[in-house]
Amino acid sequence: MTWVRFFRSELRLVFGRKRNLGLLAVTAAFPVLIGIALKIAAPHGRNGGANSDAAFFNQLAGNGVFLTFIALSSLLLLVLPVVVSVVAGDSIAGEAGYGTLRYLLAVPAGRTRLLTVKYATVVVFGLCASFVVSAVALVVGAALFPVGPVTLLSGQTDSLPLGLLRVLFVTLYVAAALAALGAIGLAISTLTEHGIGAIAAVMILVVTSEVVDNVPQLAAVGPYLPTHWWVSFDSLLRAPVETSVLLRGLLSFAVYTVLFCSLAWARFTSADVTS
Amino acid sequence: MTAIATEGLTKRFGARGASGGAGGRPSAGQQRGQLAVDHIDLVVPPGSVYGFLGPNGSGKTTTIRMLLGLAYPTSGTAAVLGVPIPDGVTRVLHKVGSLVEGPAFYPFLSGAANLARYDAADQTADPGTARARIGAALDRVGLLPAAGKRYRHYSLGMKQRLAIAAGLLRPRELIILDEPTNGLDPQGTREVRSLIRQIAADGTTVFVSSHLLAEVEQICTHVGVMRTGRLVFQGPLPELRRTGAVRVRVQTADPEAAVKVLAGLELAQAQAADGEASAILGDAEPERVCAELVHAGIGVRGFGVVAPSLEDLFVGLTGEGFEVDGR
Repeated sequence: MTWVRFFRSELRLVFGRKRNLGLLAVTAAFPVLIGIALKIAAPHGRNGGANSDAAFFNQLAGNGVFLTFIALSSLLLLVLPVVVSVVAGDSIAGEAGYGTLRYLLAVPAGRTRLLTVKYATVVVFGLCASFVVSAVALVVGAALFPVGPVTLLSGQTDSLPLGLLRVLFVTLYVAAALAALGAIGLAISTLTEHGIGAIAAVMILVVTSEVVDNVPQLAAVGPYLPTHWWVSFDSLLRAPVETSVLLRGLLSFAVYTVLFCSLAWARFTSADVTS
Repeated sequence: MTAIATEGLTKRFGARGASGGAGGRPSAGQQRGQLAVDHIDLVVPPGSVYGFLGPNGSGKTTTIRMLLGLAYPTSGTAAVLGVPIPDGVTRVLHKVGSLVEGPAFYPFLSGAANLARYDAADQTADPGTARARIGAALDRVGLLPAAGKRYRHYSLGMKQRLAIAAGLLRPRELIILDEPTNGLDPQGTREVRSLIRQIAADGTTVFVSSHLLAEVEQICTHVGVMRTGRLVFQGPLPELRRTGAVRVRVQTADPEAAVKVLAGLELAQAQAADGEASAILGDAEPERVCAELVHAGIGVRGFGVVAPSLEDLFVGLTGEGFEVDGR
């Protein structure tokens, strides 16, 4: 199928770029740093576990698997959004900047086809970045801390394989969150021919959303913010799993994805390519 | 079937339409939200080498962008190889090779990898033959030795040739080249011209835009001349030549007297300048004009029948180089 060929070419382009590989390398370095820092700080039992982060930290001393959750929730604040913003913001704007967009369209790649290939690649890159964090955190966690049956936030204990399954689902949840952000980035990317501008715009959006989400007076709008449900993956670490929270999170991601992919499509298929 | 046909094709860049950015070399007129292309009816016969001429900013590139479905017409229709554009873009453009506003490639990829990238984007290209086709295209423009070199390190001429190679990745029925020799040295210009000749010899229709008549008049069979968004002439090259009136020119010590004689013979536009008299020959016989001059006692030092150069005709159609159209 010709879509697959184009998609493979796009993957080669994105994963072959030093800049993007550098981003993945930086992403991989963070779990290592966090693991070492926490090993040195040995934070067991220091606070009451009022929030989920603290809960993770308390668990880490007893089980290295928890480094994955700590790493994912820490990197979701800034590093993972940056990684996805770069690839998504650059997706169309970067091609426009190089002038290759006009040649791709004259080939003809087809505007809708190009957009689907671009978005699929952004999703894959987000997925890849999430798994890099989990995998590295798992390895570092196992190396620095004891590994065994996983004690959940709700108190029960899972066998190690079941615990790893939860890691897998948490990682996929994070990838879904990043896919929604990728859709926003894609839409912004169709508005400009300056990749760096699109990337900056996505980042400003993420930070603004996180700030607004942390203002108690604005709690009413919180659930509608793109970043609000990102760290709700701790629901997966309870038995039974808090599916209502998870589903609301996934619904939020789905709505953002559909909305911004539609905006990207509407803009990209109707605008003149002047680059 | 006409290679390119447009009817009343029009592009007006308004405040809305110009929002795409500033990278497109828009003329000052476009930025003020005016007509970039004004009701043009292009007819490019199959197998022709069509020179699309006009000064910079006369709407050539905007027209080409519309023909390739990159820009949407404000009104009017366009068809390429019989398929309506922009609706049928994905059905027909794989038969069309193009170079628009200079080459554009990924600087961090090699020449061959860049061509592979564009080939992968083509939904109708056969992946099995991609390697062979890329090799053949590079060979044709003489870039095979630099196939593995990064595009970033290519010279300007190599970049231009790589862009032409991209247009030759597959057998094409039509090649659209926008200012293909822009920025090239005379040697590069000659190379591109001979490439165009070869492409045309294979039966491919060539549509080549230029702001330099001299650059294309040696290879063109047809020309279209643009001025401030309007197509002011279109037809076979000999027809453009015929639009120019043949003049008689008389070198003499007394041009004023010669002009009187010419006017007396009812020749139009008789005038004197720089020690010579001239007039439009029309149906008069040059022998008789000369005899009459001598008979009237004019000392004829030189006598000539001259057709205007294409350059003169071109400038007559598009205006002098320094003349700014007040739009």
